[in-house]
Amino acid sequence: MLDCGMHMGYNDDRRFPDFSYITQNGRLTEFLDCVIISHFHLDHCGALPYMSEMVGYDGPIYMTHPTKAICPILLEDFRKITVDKKGETNFFTSQMIKDCMKKVVPLNLHQTVQVDDELEIKAYYAGHVLGAAMVHIKVGSESVVYTGDYNMTPDRHLGAAWIDKCRPDILISESTYATTIRDSKRCRERDFLKKVHESIERGGKVLIPVFALGRAQELCILLETFWERMNLKAPIYFSTGLTEKANHYYKLFITWTNQKIRKTFVQRNMFEFKHIKAFDRSYADNPGPMVVFATPGMLHAGQSLQIFKKWAGNEKNMVIMPGYCVQGTIGHKILNGQRKLEMEGRATLDVKLQVEYMSFSAHADAKGIMQLIRMAEPRNMLLVHGEAAKMEFLKGKIEQEFSIDCYMPANGETATVTTNPSVPVDISLNLLKREMALGGPLPDPKKPRTMHGTLIMKENSLKLVPSEQALKELGLNEHQLRFTCRVPLQDPHSDTDTLHRVYTHLKSVLKGYTIQHLPDGTVMVESIVIKVSSSAEDTNSKVLLLSWSYQDEDLGSFLSTLLKKGLPSGLC
Amino acid sequence: MAAHLKKRVYEEFSKVVQIPHEEAPAKKLRLSKPSKSAALHVDLCKATNSTDALQYLLQFARKPVEAESVEGVVRILLEHYYKETDNSVRLKIASLLGLLSKTQGFSPDCIIDDAINTLSNEKSHQVLAQLLDTLLVIGSQLPESPAIRQRLIEMACKHLSDTYFGVRNKCLQLLGCLGMADTPLTKDNEGPGTSLVGSKDVQSIISDYFGDQDPRVRTAALKAMLQLHERGIKIHEIIYEQACRLLLDDYEQVRSAAVQMVWVLSQLYPESIVPIPSSNEEIRLVDDVFGKISHMVSDGSWMVRVQAAKTLGSMLQVSPHFLEQTLDKKLMSDLRRKRTAHERAKDLFASGEFSSGRKWADDAPKEKLDTNTVNLIASGACGAFVHGLEDEMFEVRIAAVEALCQLARSSPSFAEKCLDFLVDMFNDEIEEVRLQSIHVLREISTHITLREDQLDTVLAVLEDSSRDIREALHELICYTNVSTKECIQLALLELLKNLNKYPTDRNSVWKCLKFLGSRHPTLVLPLVPELLSTHPYFDTPEPDMDDPAYIAVLVLVFNAAKSCPTMPALFSDHTFRHYAYLRDSLSHLVPPLRLPGSGLDLVDSSCGSGSVESAQVFLQQSLNRVNTIQNLDAPGAQDLLDFTIRDLRRLGELQTELAGAADFCATYLRCQLLLMKALQDRLWSMAVPLCLKQNVTATAAAQQILEETYKLEFLYSGLESRQVATIHHVRLQAKALQLVLTARTRQGLDLLMSSCEKFLQDIESFQRLFQAELPHLQDSFVDKLLELMPRLSSCKPVEMVKILQTTLRQSGLLHLRLPEQIHRATATIIEPTGESDNPLRFTSGLVVALDIDATLEYVQDPQNTVKVQVLYPDGQGHVIHPKPGDFRKPGPYRHRLITQVYLSHTAWTEPSQVEVRLLLAYSSSSASLSSQSLASKLGWSDSTDSPSPPEAAVEGTIPFSKSVKVFIMPKPTRR
Repeated sequence: MLDCGMHMGYNDDRRFPDFSYITQNGRLTEFLDCVIISHFHLDHCGALPYMSEMVGYDGPIYMTHPTKAICPILLEDFRKITVDKKGETNFFTSQMIKDCMKKVVPLNLHQTVQVDDELEIKAYYAGHVLGAAMVHIKVGSESVVYTGDYNMTPDRHLGAAWIDKCRPDILISESTYATTIRDSKRCRERDFLKKVHESIERGGKVLIPVFALGRAQELCILLETFWERMNLKAPIYFSTGLTEKANHYYKLFITWTNQKIRKTFVQRNMFEFKHIKAFDRSYADNPGPMVVFATPGMLHAGQSLQIFKKWAGNEKNMVIMPGYCVQGTIGHKILNGQRKLEMEGRATLDVKLQVEYMSFSAHADAKGIMQLIRMAEPRNMLLVHGEAAKMEFLKGKIEQEFSIDCYMPANGETATVTTNPSVPVDISLNLLKREMALGGPLPDPKKPRTMHGTLIMKENSLKLVPSEQALKELGLNEHQLRFTCRVPLQDPHSDTDTLHRVYTHLKSVLKGYTIQHLPDGTVMVESIVIKVSSSAEDTNSKVLLLSWSYQDEDLGSFLSTLLKKGLPSGLC
Repeated sequence: MAAHLKKRVYEEFSKVVQIPHEEAPAKKLRLSKPSKSAALHVDLCKATNSTDALQYLLQFARKPVEAESVEGVVRILLEHYYKETDNSVRLKIASLLGLLSKTQGFSPDCIIDDAINTLSNEKSHQVLAQLLDTLLVIGSQLPESPAIRQRLIEMACKHLSDTYFGVRNKCLQLLGCLGMADTPLTKDNEGPGTSLVGSKDVQSIISDYFGDQDPRVRTAALKAMLQLHERGIKIHEIIYEQACRLLLDDYEQVRSAAVQMVWVLSQLYPESIVPIPSSNEEIRLVDDVFGKISHMVSDGSWMVRVQAAKTLGSMLQVSPHFLEQTLDKKLMSDLRRKRTAHERAKDLFASGEFSSGRKWADDAPKEKLDTNTVNLIASGACGAFVHGLEDEMFEVRIAAVEALCQLARSSPSFAEKCLDFLVDMFNDEIEEVRLQSIHVLREISTHITLREDQLDTVLAVLEDSSRDIREALHELICYTNVSTKECIQLALLELLKNLNKYPTDRNSVWKCLKFLGSRHPTLVLPLVPELLSTHPYFDTPEPDMDDPAYIAVLVLVFNAAKSCPTMPALFSDHTFRHYAYLRDSLSHLVPPLRLPGSGLDLVDSSCGSGSVESAQVFLQQSLNRVNTIQNLDAPGAQDLLDFTIRDLRRLGELQTELAGAADFCATYLRCQLLLMKALQDRLWSMAVPLCLKQNVTATAAAQQILEETYKLEFLYSGLESRQVATIHHVRLQAKALQLVLTARTRQGLDLLMSSCEKFLQDIESFQRLFQAELPHLQDSFVDKLLELMPRLSSCKPVEMVKILQTTLRQSGLLHLRLPEQIHRATATIIEPTGESDNPLRFTSGLVVALDIDATLEYVQDPQNTVKVQVLYPDGQGHVIHPKPGDFRKPGPYRHRLITQVYLSHTAWTEPSQVEVRLLLAYSSSSASLSSQSLASKLGWSDSTDSPSPPEAAVEGTIPFSKSVKVFIMPKPTRR
């Protein structure tokens, strides 16, 4: 099973996957070999405790080390909001999260893990968020690559996704941005920095509402390095909470970050921020410029909203929305240019501060998806995680560019892909050596070569052995198959003379073959026997008897056609 | 039994040889070495098993072997080779054969038969590969013998069908290094199945292996082909398709080599036409290759990406249409066309509106795109640089930036287009990349004019905390063109801000404004009243003359005024006064102005543009005049030299372009003058005891000449070996003079003996070094000496001194020919300035760091040669080697040293001055193109115990900057 996420939009049963697709009753363990989680976002791992503890699954759960570390923090946070704040029951408990995490087996990048005798998995770097991975799943010669979410353009703290030319039978890729080609990252970064810088220089305060993990770290690094470079002094704050815990893990998993952070790590860990400090509620009223990162990202509740209310009245201040806002949130309203907001209790809020929008997304765009296909060279393509209309476009493009089949199944739909598996066969060494001796010196994998042998299928195993051995093993007798052929011939000479004439004729035609004239009145060409007999009534019309074994079919039929043409007259 | 006896014989032999070695160690090096071959043989015979033998061979490999004994050693090795059963020992022997055949002075053609013989009997693949390697070495030692080549190539072809990849690799390498274009080769596979004998040429044989099953062999085949190309053989175009297929190989080293291969082809056949598959169009080959390599910029392996990005830069023949596609990236959002931020910025600028992004969905997509026209995966060159510049690895980004630079330099329209991308790179996370892109922008800035919004982005970097970045940016601003007066104002404002934030940038900011002013006089003109804050009616207060910001503004204005005669009318009185002051104090920043009325006609009377040629002519004439010196009598000659030296020195001061050449000549003539004076003193006719005083002066002169010659040799760059020979010649004369003087003063015969021997060695080495120059030195001192050489080396010291004395006196002046460009290495210490009256206080015994900032010009390899010397008042001094990282290279022939030196001393009662200056270190062995250093490099093993070079290298330092005095005050520690 690949990923075990939840739907953020629902608050009822629909929020978790319907596991009855797998089994109606009983535990899932019998039906699943393993569960693989690509990264820690809740839409990829949110249902994990529900599945393992409430539905029942005891098999291994694979995820990368950073995901294993950060995932329980997010789950716990999610549980707290649903249970403690919204007061829902029938939800998983902290203990369940803990129990679930005990079933997790950590993965390293590029490490091949044998799940059982047949199934092996291998993780590749995917960018997107810390610890995100793509997995290559292989059974025998058939394989699947599942990308999860990935990003082909590097950012300030993560590198780009990378995969080797593994040529899977099917590549399952997300397609969130199937119809978008994004502008260069640098432009957006520069714009962002310029806006923040200008505002700070004016003495204004900048509010950046973010979600706790992922983009927030990227923006932090961006601002931190900019402050460092430009020698700025204004304070940057980060509203505390789960971020602090998560930041701790970002510091630990340096190997998963980009080149710059990995290189400077010896002097200084980039996540140990010099300029960014923890935020306290009282700081919002401090005079002078400052930058504050606050959660949540859409300004719909919590700290970011409180700060926004405080700062909205001053036109020197600024709010930068780094991502998409759902309709109905204050974030969405102000982005659409609304300048007067109605708050609870009929109060209105004049929005005088500047509102900016910056898109920092970490999904691959259409170009990125194509690039990944080029890297992995799959035989088939399967698009998930996107809107149907957009996927249709991308599908067309993929089929046109790479001429491979592309599927985009709807929920619950089954896509069937035909593969061309290679079947391994054991070959006996004797046979191989014998064939080697016949052929040229170099085995050339690109040129097929025919060989004689017997294929034995017995108890799930295939063997290719010399035929004698096969006969012996099966306890059968060897049967000789011989073809005989009569060729009428008009020849005035005696039988022995005719035979001799045949002999000399063949000798002149077939050079490089062993031709013998045996004393018992036969001619042997390799293993083909030729005899002459004359009918009693007409001594001139004679019949040549040819006999060859099945193995010499080629030569035999050649000889028969040759002799049918008759003997040349010039022979003595 | 016989072997046993032989062994004993050799054992005794080795003992006999080693005894003299212990008895007389330093007498004669050659004799002290036991004969190599014998020693080796003994060792190998002693070896009881293969491990021992291997050990002996390893030990043996550590010492060099003389050319004479190589053949013997080879015989022994081969003999042992045939007997040896262990693969590793045979392998080592094979590799030794290769090493031995490299020995200087040994011709390996005598062992070639044996090497080929061993090859045919060898069974082990590894040894076979090593033997082929040996053959390769031998073959490359014998470039002029086609017969041997032919044999080697045939051997290689024969083994090409080996099953082991290493053997095939070596065979291909051999073909690449030795193969010739014209010879058809018979390639016969020894396999029983094929009896086909075809004749093929080297290239097609190699290209057969482009499809080998082993990636290493494929790589080797490509490399061999590249090797052929490097050797000047024209590669056939037919392999193009095969090479292109290898671009899609599974293995990165193959792809990397294939990128090189197709690049080579694109350079060879740029104009030939290739079809585009799956359509019936055709394009030029160079465009096709460009497209293919652009594709490789998004390869999976970063090594290949770097390679591809670098290669793109050198494809200048590509059509502009393709070139511009590399920057193309169509944006879309939900299938609708979107404009890039760059395009939006341009439009905004065109419409005269300021700022952007205040509105949500400002970048909202516009027209609907036709789904068929959107090309997601770029076929061809599309967006290669967009990818390259956004790459994950900074190596790729740097390579892409460099490639952009090369392409932009040759195509102004492309330069215009790539501007936005380069400006974006100023924001890269890695400093190196930022720096590089600033440098690149500077290099292409002749083609471009910055728009205001672009300038804004560029100037934002001025606040960067890294000094290198800021200085690079100043350099950039020096060369940029801007379009409006607002730009000038913006630039000035940002520069002043920079000055305020980082006061150490003062000089650099001023210089930058100087160029900005002189480049855009008309744009500065309307700004002048505002800049100088003059007012039509009111007198404004006189600004503070010491304010760096005010000086900065004045530098801008004065430089603009130089080519804008109406500007001075706008100046107020104090501006003229300030001009006079600045013209004196900062003359390199403030140009001479023709100021009306004030009588300050300061325009320098320096001559026009033709002056360089006339100065050149003058220089040549002076030198020619000196050549007539032979005809003059002694006092006349001396006077002539004196005057010429004076003229030349003055010329150097006036004409900075020729300063190097003039100085060089003057110094050379001074050496001659000194020599002449020393020789013409009357002391030579006097009896020895009577002339002690003159002797002293002559000795001093000789010493001085020696010093001057070292200066001549190492301080000037651009010398040819002809001049070096002349310098060495003077040095030899000085040494001869010294020798003669020694002979006259001291009686110790031993001393004289050794110095005579040394002098002879000097002559020998001179002869060796300047073999090619000797014909030019006819009738000179050396020429005569070399004639007398047989006599000199056999005669007694006293006699030799006599000969020297006469030749020295007879020898005339050697004509000095000037090379094209001579530059004298100079250094200026910018910081510390030495003006400060406040002593640097620190606790004695501890250290204090002193910042040094200096510019170096025309210094070769400053990392190794430039040192900082600190002299304390008590005469103590020490020399500090700056770290290689402290040197930067802001421009050609220019270096900048920014370093810290640590000072420390015991307590003083008064603050006192220490002197800091820069030294240029030299060593005669490393600098000259001496054959001895060449020979020592060619020694075939990295011998650690080899004797030091026979002639001890002369090492020393030349001070080449003015010393700066720094006030320091070590205070006693308080307890």
